[in-house]
Amino acid sequence: MRSTESQALAKRIRSHALRMVHAAKASHIGSCLSAADILAVLYAKVLRVDPTRPDWPDRDRFIFSKGHAAAALYAVLAEKGFFPLEWLESYCRDGSPLTGHATATVPGVDVSTGSLGHGLPVACGMALAAKRKGLSRRVFCLMSDGECDEGSVWEAALFAPHHYLDNLVAIVDYNKLQGFGPVGEVLKLEPLAAKWQAFRWSVREIDGHDVPALEETLAAAPFEPGRPTIIVAHTVKGKGVDYMENRLAWHYKTPDAAQLDQALCQVECPI
Amino acid sequence: MRTAFIEAVCELAARDPRVWLVTGDLGFSVLERFAQQFPDRFLNAGVAEQNMTGLAAGLALSDCIVFTYSIANFPTLRCLEQIRNDVCYHRANVKIVAVGGGFTYASSGYTHHGLEDLSILSSLPEMTVVAPGDPQEARLATEAIASRQGPCYLRLGKAGEPVIHATPPQFELGRAIRVREGDDATLISTGGMLKEAVDAHDKLRAQGIRARVLSMHTVKPLDESAILEAARETAAIVTLEEHNCHGGLGSAVADVLALAGTGVPFGKIAVPDRFWHVAGSQAHFRGLAGDPAELVARLLGSRRSLAESRRSGRKGLAA
Repeated sequence: MRSTESQALAKRIRSHALRMVHAAKASHIGSCLSAADILAVLYAKVLRVDPTRPDWPDRDRFIFSKGHAAAALYAVLAEKGFFPLEWLESYCRDGSPLTGHATATVPGVDVSTGSLGHGLPVACGMALAAKRKGLSRRVFCLMSDGECDEGSVWEAALFAPHHYLDNLVAIVDYNKLQGFGPVGEVLKLEPLAAKWQAFRWSVREIDGHDVPALEETLAAAPFEPGRPTIIVAHTVKGKGVDYMENRLAWHYKTPDAAQLDQALCQVECPI
Repeated sequence: MRTAFIEAVCELAARDPRVWLVTGDLGFSVLERFAQQFPDRFLNAGVAEQNMTGLAAGLALSDCIVFTYSIANFPTLRCLEQIRNDVCYHRANVKIVAVGGGFTYASSGYTHHGLEDLSILSSLPEMTVVAPGDPQEARLATEAIASRQGPCYLRLGKAGEPVIHATPPQFELGRAIRVREGDDATLISTGGMLKEAVDAHDKLRAQGIRARVLSMHTVKPLDESAILEAARETAAIVTLEEHNCHGGLGSAVADVLALAGTGVPFGKIAVPDRFWHVAGSQAHFRGLAGDPAELVARLLGSRRSLAESRRSGRKGLAA
């Protein structure tokens, strides 16, 4: 089967992120891999952004609230041409612009993140400003599931529907593993979609690795006039590398040289 | 100060369509006039200060100048990380306003004592920290922070503070205002303690001591030149603040004096580092910090006795 643009981009995000995390001896590769397909579809098909004008005022805004998976974000931005691909080799090195968590000093990064629960409130402010000024831009915010433990997420969850922010699209990368264990054991989020529904968001649940489904769903977002949209994307932590999938350890561990080769072989194989 | 603030913000909003006011569900009978005049730029974020501050950053990153408003520690400590990460790191144009700084709400108990804000907010990069001394300064400070690019913190009293400046003073962020002249000692106050400084000036004058009074309305960036000038020209310096004794105005002034190697006798009137478990008026709690006039007199006295003992010591050596 011929790979689509989104699928090809997702492969490159995974392969860059693996190389970056390996070279920097960094953490969070599992979180990068669970978000890779969502990022690929956003940047290949959805976001109205212009790599030649990263500060273009009318662009859609994208807040990558799970800033710990910054390697994947930097990878997609470099692939799209916001900055040279060579920068990726400097990830986390002394003096590199590419810090371990996402920083807005990098071209294409709208908001700096890294402490969880910050993205959605900022997204609400950006969406509200656009509504009140009559601007057509949309605001996207990608969160992790563990992030939904933060009270600030639910403060924003109350705020957005109250102000009819139908230009706001939130996505939860629901990979079911957080810092110290499974989400269901640390602090239950279920029924997650029903919670957002009860807060009067327009909710859809999808497989966050089904690229055509992601394309179709994100193309339809925002779903309803008068309501903010949220997509609960069911994902797999470490997706694409068999020995990482659903393993909490890969929230922290760095692949060694042999593990990197094995991982690259799996993510770069033809679809 | 609260009235001066809201009047100034309404005037600013009338002139500049970028000005917004966001409250954390407080400001009853104060903010209505803004809400009525500028409904599209007023927001009650509810009792949700983290979201209030994050969304203020989002608005500011969309070319708005956003005042966030609440009382005591709610717009500052409750959402400190949003201030640090979302506002300061992005140099977002958010102006945080706390009504009821210090012991304004003393009787309400420790939750409403705003005694650590100057220290904590001063330690954030990019942040400007302002505590005006009277309603005149509050109005001018509001205008000044609106035109300053980047994050600012404005600590206000409540309502009914005495007007110290008979006419509007020259006001510039980072420049102390000389409120009373004097060459014997210097009283440096921030916030509403300006009243105590001026009272101490009067008390000292009755004793024949002429104390300069500086209103250090901007705690960060600090007016180092006014402090060093006071160290050169006067014989003792005392700071006054309605704030914990650690990390506020006194600590910042002491830094300047020590780093410059001045050796001028120095004392601070500040709140002891403890919680207060009882009720009491603002005046009651201010009184616990000590008497600034007495402190000045003591510092000048010890300086004189030190100088005298040095002189007699030298004489003895020569003999």
